[in-house]
Amino acid sequence: MEILTLLNYPFVQRALICGIAISFCAAIIGVILVLKNYSMIGHGLGEVGFASLTLAMALNLPPLSVSIPLVIIAAFLIMLISQKKGESGDITIALVSSGALATGVVITALTKGFSVDVYNYMFGSILAMNWSDVILSVVLSLILIVVYMVFYNRLFSITYDEKYAKTCGINVTFYQFLISLATALVVVLGMRLMGTLLISSLIVFPAIIARKLTNSFKGMVILSAVLSVICFIVGVMLSFMLNFPTGACIVAVYILLLVITINFGGLKV
Amino acid sequence: MSVLEVKNLQTSYNGHIALENINFSIEDGEYVCLVGENGSGKSTLIKTIVGLHKKDSGEIILNEKLENVSYLAQNNLTDLDFPATAKEIIMTGVQRHRVLPFYTKNNYKDFEYICNLLKIKDFVNKRIGDLSGGQRQRIMLGRALIRKPKMLILDEPFSGLDVNITTELYELLAKLNKENKMTIIMATHDLDEIKDNNVRVIELLKTVKFDGNITDWKGMN
Repeated sequence: MEILTLLNYPFVQRALICGIAISFCAAIIGVILVLKNYSMIGHGLGEVGFASLTLAMALNLPPLSVSIPLVIIAAFLIMLISQKKGESGDITIALVSSGALATGVVITALTKGFSVDVYNYMFGSILAMNWSDVILSVVLSLILIVVYMVFYNRLFSITYDEKYAKTCGINVTFYQFLISLATALVVVLGMRLMGTLLISSLIVFPAIIARKLTNSFKGMVILSAVLSVICFIVGVMLSFMLNFPTGACIVAVYILLLVITINFGGLKV
Repeated sequence: MSVLEVKNLQTSYNGHIALENINFSIEDGEYVCLVGENGSGKSTLIKTIVGLHKKDSGEIILNEKLENVSYLAQNNLTDLDFPATAKEIIMTGVQRHRVLPFYTKNNYKDFEYICNLLKIKDFVNKRIGDLSGGQRQRIMLGRALIRKPKMLILDEPFSGLDVNITTELYELLAKLNKENKMTIIMATHDLDEIKDNNVRVIELLKTVKFDGNITDWKGMN
């Protein structure tokens, strides 16, 4: 009863609509990233998001207008360096994320210090979402889902065997950049809700859990999306009831589900 | 008619010249084996032809649409835990340049044909990592064949597989070449498995060391 009453609050409605859209997108993109060993890219881009946010506040600019382009550029750079230089994804992500975090800390130290806004972005705040965030999240998520469906076969082909895809005439670089763009948008949209430090969990956890429950790629994509949305809703409700930070509650639900899945890992669908 | 012409090709690997002054042309329907010791440049040549390796100089003229060419590499699945069924992997071969995610009725007909041809029906719904090396390579051959290619380019496709499976797959390639007039270009070590006397052998050792009939090549070695 108490949970149903919560749904009447506009800030809860906003958080749920935004979160469902973002967690769905994060999960389907996460499948590709996890299978291509780019699991840490969400974390790396989260740090870039933090740096861009501190920059936006220092320059008194709207946060998204600074973070969207900067995080997209960082995502492109990570993919480009990994592709061209043959460095592993993890090395490039580690370099970019530590560089971005250091930049963010320096900017913060030079300006106002850790304000409430910066804290909210780092750890997420359910109260931070307004209706324009909801519209932006839903529209971008719908575009992302349509693009994912249209290019599904090619994305699978590239995820499984990049070299074979190349010999088929598929423009692998174009799809790599498409994946980078989608990842960057998910990170930017999700970091207000989950926080820059926890956004990667939306990308990684659903894919890892789904991987343990299915033998097929299609199954992994569908399960990942469904589990992600369920875990998000349960996590948000828990955070309201216990008055705990939302991002942390969602991660706790993911961890619990992962532990259960590991114990029943033989039950594949 | 030449379906592939290689003119004055030079390629490098890790800064060293791997192949130089490579010249040959391959006719439609030919069965060509590229042989040579380890490091002779067989795989580099195959990779350069299919676009996975950059050439330093020279020309590779492919007189065939890319969608009519299929490539099969060595059995090298490293992530045995990858969540994909054998069927999903075979179906990636039908894509050609289609963008939409839906397969047509003809695609499914082709899939049935491949299942019967390669005798893989019993395990197409299993996860690729759960299959044996021989079964996995049949699936990869299925992926290469489902688009009904006119030219099949193979890079030591059956190395590491047991003798019975290797023999069976070589017989299948011979059948595809004879009955479907499929051009086959294959880097291989197993010339003993080739029974057809019309097969052409190109031996590499940085450049073309021998180019002629398999019977002549066997006579010299």
